[in-house]
Amino acid sequence: MKRDWYITSSVKLKKHQIFKDDELIFKTEPHISTQDFLKEAYRFFGINYPKFHKMDVLCKLGMIASCVLKEEYPKDTALVFQNASSSEVSDTQHQESIHNFPSPATFVYTLPNIVMGELSIKHELQSENAFFVAEDFQAQFIQNYTQSLLEQKKASAAICGWLEANLDDYYLFLNYIEPRGMHIFSAETLLEKYTQ
Amino acid sequence: MSDLRLELKEKIIKQLNLEDLSVEDIQNDDFLFGDEIGLDSIDALELIVMLEKDFGIKLTDPAQGKEVFTSIETLAQFIEKNA
Amino acid sequence: MRKVYLENHQIVSPLGSTSQENIEAVTQGKSAMQSYHSPFMGDYVAGKISEIKLQERFKRLENAEAYTKLEKMMILAVAEVLQAHQEIPKEKIVFIIATTKGNVDALAEENPFSKERAKLPQLAKRLQHYFKLPETPIVVSNACISGGLAVSVAKKLIQNKTYDHAVVVGGDLVSEFTLTGFNSFQALAKGVCEPFSKDRTGINIGEAAAAVWVTSVKPKEEAIEIIGEATANDANHISGPSRTGEGLYLSVQKALQEAGILASEIDYISAHGTATLFNDEMESIAFHRLGLQHTPLNSLKAYYGHTLGASALLELIFSQVSLQENRVFKSLGYKNQGTSKALNMITTTEHKSLQIALKTASGFGGCNFAMLLKKETE
Repeated sequence: MKRDWYITSSVKLKKHQIFKDDELIFKTEPHISTQDFLKEAYRFFGINYPKFHKMDVLCKLGMIASCVLKEEYPKDTALVFQNASSSEVSDTQHQESIHNFPSPATFVYTLPNIVMGELSIKHELQSENAFFVAEDFQAQFIQNYTQSLLEQKKASAAICGWLEANLDDYYLFLNYIEPRGMHIFSAETLLEKYTQ
Repeated sequence: MSDLRLELKEKIIKQLNLEDLSVEDIQNDDFLFGDEIGLDSIDALELIVMLEKDFGIKLTDPAQGKEVFTSIETLAQFIEKNA
Repeated sequence: MRKVYLENHQIVSPLGSTSQENIEAVTQGKSAMQSYHSPFMGDYVAGKISEIKLQERFKRLENAEAYTKLEKMMILAVAEVLQAHQEIPKEKIVFIIATTKGNVDALAEENPFSKERAKLPQLAKRLQHYFKLPETPIVVSNACISGGLAVSVAKKLIQNKTYDHAVVVGGDLVSEFTLTGFNSFQALAKGVCEPFSKDRTGINIGEAAAAVWVTSVKPKEEAIEIIGEATANDANHISGPSRTGEGLYLSVQKALQEAGILASEIDYISAHGTATLFNDEMESIAFHRLGLQHTPLNSLKAYYGHTLGASALLELIFSQVSLQENRVFKSLGYKNQGTSKALNMITTTEHKSLQIALKTASGFGGCNFAMLLKKETE
């Protein structure tokens, strides 16, 4: 069945700033470390979740974004994520330690989809997951795949977007997709919001 | 408090990123796993690495870990006996 | 909605460099597992592809030295699958790569390839370049369900008519990176792994590449249709499987729902069966909750080891073969009941009339995958 779906909320984290629906809602000094930025954001949004501190940078970014995007999600909210660098930050950390007591707490984060596990635990989502990797955000494909999950009733809503964290920088862009809203969920809208 | 027990608390807080806890919050007899300190299975594996790296003790039987890691006290006694 | 079928396939593993060689080796009960020694790991058991043999096989393809081991494995698998469909324009085909760590060996100092090569989009570009594809392949990296999930992705893109066909290739290496990581998890078996068995001590890691043709065009003989698929997260723990098997249970339930069949109609289960204490126990609980305790079941991990991003695809291909040849393969390494709930383990490779197969997989991040295959009878 062909029908329209809607983007009802978007969140973006870049350059130590957090935007919700294009509005700047939090920022720190640009020169502080990403870890410090994340810690300040965690406090600012009152996310009381001690496990946060154990996560790698990709998961911390995803956690903050998902908490800002919406307070609660339906249990069958699908997660469709993409990035360019997979789990590069944790990979590098693990690689440096493989000859000298590798840490299980680091190794567990050497898969990009762990962020979906963390979000699923936090928001109690027992839903569809798919993590894709590409050099640039494939808005067309991500929209297509997400929409097919919704159309086939494999999910009643979805969080989709781009979660990039590499050794130099990060760029996070998540969207909440549901059956009713103002902005039609299309590849064009998604790409426009991503580049904005 | 003995130095070893204090040292273990500091190490655990640092290595397991227990950001919201301080040394004073952990009693020697608190259960490390479960409600009091709330460590999980990855933390247990991390403690096994810590034992080997910092104290030169290799835990070969994973089942042994359960007893050893009950509390700071049991962990300290195990180290004192085996180091 | 369009029906989607699995067609020809190719497996490159230590047991052989064609599907046929692999099926023969498994039929004979051969295991790819061998003992190795590393200064950092001590003794361990794994399934590795011989570089020399791989080089030999690659000879007739182009420019071997430009490609990494994993790229060669994947190219060999894909080339053979594509060979049968040369008449189809590449624009009609979506290429999907499933891998957990790709060329992760390139991160090591001693590796001749640059560190850049470890980036997954690089792997996609190498394959695009080799096969002169109009688009860069899609990369799925979703832990140990990657290979199966990639087929689900292909199915959806064919169902909604974005493409008519897909080539799905899954592959991963035995690398120091993953070996040391699983070792730090105390998850490596001391000998050859023993899925679902009482004295199992953990996994072996193996390497393989597997590729399959997924299509909207019904194959002439022995058509195997994908009738349902789903993933579901445990929402429980990022590395430990759920004690109740919730995610696996849900994923199978949803796949059954899509297929419109009952669990009792399933003739055979190709389980994940990694041979860790907790994984196999979790699966036994989930299958019991689904009423599948009497359905014949196997794990192929003692033949290949855990081939990570390739495993669910490799094992899906074996499910396809089982359906087509009416044959079930022995669950190698199984000795005695080792889960709290008993399962109907397949203990001999034998003829068995089959129509519907279930493939499942579970992985880090709490992900679970289920896919139902059905043989179309004339």
